[in-house]
Amino acid sequence: MELTWYIILCFMLVMYIVLDGFDFGAGIIHLFFAKTEEEKKQVMRAIGPFWDGNEVWLIAAGGVLFAAFPTLYASAFSGFYLPLIMILWFFIFRALGIEFTYLINHELWIKPWQKGFGISSLLLSLFFGVAFGNIIRGVNLGGVEDGLTQFNNHYSFFTPLWDESFSPFAERPGVIDWFTITIGLVAVLTLTIHGAYWIILKTEGDFVEKLKSKILPLWIVLVICITISLIAFVALKSFNHEIFSQHPSMYLLPFIAFLSLLGMLFAKNSNKTWLGFTSSTIFIISGIGSAVASLFPVIIPSTNSIVDHLTIYNTSAETYGLEVGIIWWVIAFALVLVYFIFVHTVYKGKLTEKHDHH
Amino acid sequence: MEDALLYDRLQFAFTITYHYLFPQLTMGLSLIIVIFKGLHLKTNKELYNKAAKFWAKIFAVNFGMGVVTGIPMEFQFGTNWAQFSELTGNIIGQTLAMEGMFSFFLESSFLGLFLFGEKLLGKKLHFLAAFLVFLGSWASGYLIIATHSWMQNPVGYEILANGKFVLNNFTDLFGNPWLLPSFFHNQMASLVTTSFVIGGTGAYYLLNHKHKEYAHLFLKTAIITGLISTLSVAFPTGDLLAKQVATKQPVTLAAMEGLFESEEGAPLVLIGQPNMNEKRLDNKIEVPKALSFLTYQRWNAEIKGLNEFPEEIWPTNIPGLYYSYHIMVGLGTVFIGIMILGIWFLWKKKLEKYRWFLWILLFAIPFPYIANTAGWYTSELGRQPYLVYGLLKTVDGISESVSAGNTLFTLLGFIGLYLVLGFIMLILVGKMVYNGPESKLKTH
Repeated sequence: MELTWYIILCFMLVMYIVLDGFDFGAGIIHLFFAKTEEEKKQVMRAIGPFWDGNEVWLIAAGGVLFAAFPTLYASAFSGFYLPLIMILWFFIFRALGIEFTYLINHELWIKPWQKGFGISSLLLSLFFGVAFGNIIRGVNLGGVEDGLTQFNNHYSFFTPLWDESFSPFAERPGVIDWFTITIGLVAVLTLTIHGAYWIILKTEGDFVEKLKSKILPLWIVLVICITISLIAFVALKSFNHEIFSQHPSMYLLPFIAFLSLLGMLFAKNSNKTWLGFTSSTIFIISGIGSAVASLFPVIIPSTNSIVDHLTIYNTSAETYGLEVGIIWWVIAFALVLVYFIFVHTVYKGKLTEKHDHH
Repeated sequence: MEDALLYDRLQFAFTITYHYLFPQLTMGLSLIIVIFKGLHLKTNKELYNKAAKFWAKIFAVNFGMGVVTGIPMEFQFGTNWAQFSELTGNIIGQTLAMEGMFSFFLESSFLGLFLFGEKLLGKKLHFLAAFLVFLGSWASGYLIIATHSWMQNPVGYEILANGKFVLNNFTDLFGNPWLLPSFFHNQMASLVTTSFVIGGTGAYYLLNHKHKEYAHLFLKTAIITGLISTLSVAFPTGDLLAKQVATKQPVTLAAMEGLFESEEGAPLVLIGQPNMNEKRLDNKIEVPKALSFLTYQRWNAEIKGLNEFPEEIWPTNIPGLYYSYHIMVGLGTVFIGIMILGIWFLWKKKLEKYRWFLWILLFAIPFPYIANTAGWYTSELGRQPYLVYGLLKTVDGISESVSAGNTLFTLLGFIGLYLVLGFIMLILVGKMVYNGPESKLKTH
């Protein structure tokens, strides 16, 4: 049962990253590449009908995390207190930036909301990457100091925003160190390319050509960041081969990630506009899949030897609740699929000015 | 620890009070929009469709604010109340996860289609989109109240040796006797807010001699829904909920009523100030025996006073609880009065003539918000000192690892951010109301 819920949770989070990921990417493109008002509108048009529904995957995944793994929810949310609350503030600016920009037609009103949308998309992508980096790096569970836990609850920890050295090798590393920042950059660059391919898929015109020309430089920097983070990851902790040696087929995941990374570059010259978006989608799924598989069944590793890692087994809810939950989750998910297909059918194909929300 | 608890509570109280200013309007408004869209479908009159569109714009801004201020609520269970989440996640995690899966997906998928897809969808599907948004927003309310009801009156659970609350009966969770009275009480109260906002807007237009056709439609709708909702907030929903309090939380009832000593034939206090030093009410005006009758339908029934209960289970803020309750009931009574006058004037077709009444409607707009907030305070202060009534103390629910200083920082951040947003929000809605339903202004 724990495993089933873990798969559901991972599925929902990956859905969130794939779907809201292109909204974030669009926000970053809006900030850096969309210069004219017409280009900015084109970016907004590509995400307008979808972003709200996409964001719900995060909220719903949060609910599932709460219900199926309450200890994990309690641990991670209180442990990453400050970055999470700040993420909330950026969420507010981003959502209102999308909703409010064109409600008053005045430059002094429009400009700040546009910047708010772009900057918060950029920072949120960075922060989500940083959060992911923190999880794979591990945290000081139980707040262990001098061999003793500070907290009664073994799952408690508190990560400061940063440590003066900004090093993942520091005694008590902060949320932000050079390793997690590198992972954050990987997230920003991946989502920027992902967002670009979404806009290429859903809209037309000169701006689409302009975006295609940006893919190569973005891709090169992405590959550099991935290389640094992989080396750092191996240096940081002994790589867990367990699941890979037990199930050699798992090696497919990093292999697919590698192929789709190549696909992300070469798709820019293809006439098939779906190819780029598909490549970046597969890259996100297989990249995260590889990292998650290398940790399994641990979800949050402990950096000290006194408190155990948090795994899917020691953080889950009791069996009865998990079993009942499956029933309503399947019903709800079937409904979600219907809505999803309906919305994407109404807005199928290229979006033009008649689809504008403003 | 003391400071951390205080800031955690203040942050939750502040963020949820602010958050609830928006859903209380949007839940009611989604129903009114469905009614206008339905009338349009039936009569094909453009007036109804334009009215629906006008309120949809205001709905959209409020809904957006509701969403962005609602996400911090879900996060805070984990960030600020980690021990509570760990101990009760087996149960309230279910209802909160269901809210995400059943209602947020529904609302978010169809809101966009409803707001911007009228031409793409056609008339009937557009009505359906409006209806599904309404369904989603009420389902959300239902699941939140289910969570809240479990905290007020825990059912369907067992407690493990490690202190965790574990679900053992899913049907009991939704068969909680606290749930339906609370839900309908809350939904009716949200319709009260909506009625006063729509009625106040109609009154504003009539006083301004603008948009008369719309003003009459708004006033008529507001007075009819207002009369139904103000009455049903009191009876049967409020009455049924009070009976739940009387049986499950008698000490809370005593504190709400300011009843320090047990009494047979207890009076209903209209006005008075709790004096916590002397443990009595000062300057009171009361209706003899009415409380006994309202609670047990017998004039001489005994109502237990606070003196019957040990002080450590008394609600922690008795004056706060007492005033919240009396503000809610007092305003509720005034609302009924206004709506009865309104229906009389509507019947006699005198609304336009009695301009003083239109002024009352205009200035009444903020008061249902106050009454709704006071109602929630009654419920939440009444549950103190517990998070899960009788079983888990509030002090035992906070996050162990988060220091008071960090919580104060985020509390101040929320206050600053929300004040700015509130200001922006008022400008936006004010502009929409000022421009009126005929405005060709872009919706988005």
